[in-house]
Amino acid sequence: MATLSAVLATTHHPFFYKATELTPPDKQMPQAGEWKAKVESYRETLTAAEPELLVMVGSDHFHQFFHDNYPTFLIGKQPRYDATFYNEIREFSMPTYELEGHEELSGFMLQGLLDRGFDFSVSNELKIDHSIICPIITTRPEGDLPIVPIYTNIFAPPLPSAKRFYDLGRAIREIIDEYPSDRRIAAIGSGHLSLELGGPRMFGEHGPDPEWDVQAIEWLASGDIDAILENVTWESMVAAGNATPGFLDLVLMLGIAGPERAAYVDDLDLFHTREMYMTWYPNGDPRERAVETGAAVREEVTA
Amino acid sequence: MSKYAVNKFLFQVDRDPELLAAYKDDSAALVARWEEEYMPYLGAQGQRIERTTWLHLSDAERRALVEHDYVALFEMGAHYFLTLTIFIGLYEEDYTERSGALSFQREYAGKLGHWTGRDYPSVEC
Repeated sequence: MATLSAVLATTHHPFFYKATELTPPDKQMPQAGEWKAKVESYRETLTAAEPELLVMVGSDHFHQFFHDNYPTFLIGKQPRYDATFYNEIREFSMPTYELEGHEELSGFMLQGLLDRGFDFSVSNELKIDHSIICPIITTRPEGDLPIVPIYTNIFAPPLPSAKRFYDLGRAIREIIDEYPSDRRIAAIGSGHLSLELGGPRMFGEHGPDPEWDVQAIEWLASGDIDAILENVTWESMVAAGNATPGFLDLVLMLGIAGPERAAYVDDLDLFHTREMYMTWYPNGDPRERAVETGAAVREEVTA
Repeated sequence: MSKYAVNKFLFQVDRDPELLAAYKDDSAALVARWEEEYMPYLGAQGQRIERTTWLHLSDAERRALVEHDYVALFEMGAHYFLTLTIFIGLYEEDYTERSGALSFQREYAGKLGHWTGRDYPSVEC
């Protein structure tokens, strides 16, 4: 069976690449260095898990999907994926990518989801947007691993409940655990903490609701799904910022990880938003194994 | 209210550099052209065979689009993501040159200041 070697849940910030790579050092924002260092530390949590395949969770930001036909949950099933739309390049100077797909795992995932009562839409011509490319840039900038993309609707209300997102994560976890393969799979999902877009609280010195962010990080980090289900509703999310329902994709990732304490938790308070970087290791922390192996080698050398 | 048609305008114009430039250059002409050449065709991906016969813009919606009035669009419940993205596309560069980075976004937020602490108009279509 496949090994789920890491689960990553992260905010995505489309300006990261521009702010840290394209802006000359003398013109960068004061936090650029700290931001880049935190992202590079976070990247190591994925690298340590030695993934061979990535299940990616994100949301199309009205790039391909629109109100004429907006899928609630959709999986891509393709040999390859183009990424980054014209208006993302225009606004964020985001790079384009061509990512390998993995049709076999996409198909296995789709069937497993249908069998579990999640009637997914499927696309054979999906273009990837920054909800997946941002975490590729931050955690696997080589873009060298095949992906299975899963999209959720966090934009066009009414939305499914937080419980539905969590249960979907649980189903994805079961399917990965049952996948008949010796491959190491990592699941990476991106979303938001409190966020305001096109409203009066956007682009402030902090995110629209810094207290909500601290609470939400604690819920996720401690695997406290009960607190999330008690507190996270459409009304509570939009009270924290009109685009806060992007948090639901982080709840989905907790569903993949299970109600466990995260192995790695970091955050960064930026203008406009707070960034969050979280990793679980469902099959053991590879960083501890590395330390143990190192210690064993050192003991041998000493002996 | 024909919020769907407003969102369709924002979606289709934002993703097409030629339409976006025309919307900046002569918004009344572009809105009229869109109502003729884009709105009546099924879907939002630009196919030109199948029609949707009943879509329309109200006078208030047409005025808000022609006048680049993002406050009115917010108050009508046009989708916040579509509205923000297209107006950043129209204005950010000019504002940055004149008044510094993020000056357009901050002015935009400021003009919506009277909504702070209130329930925003629903974006449900």
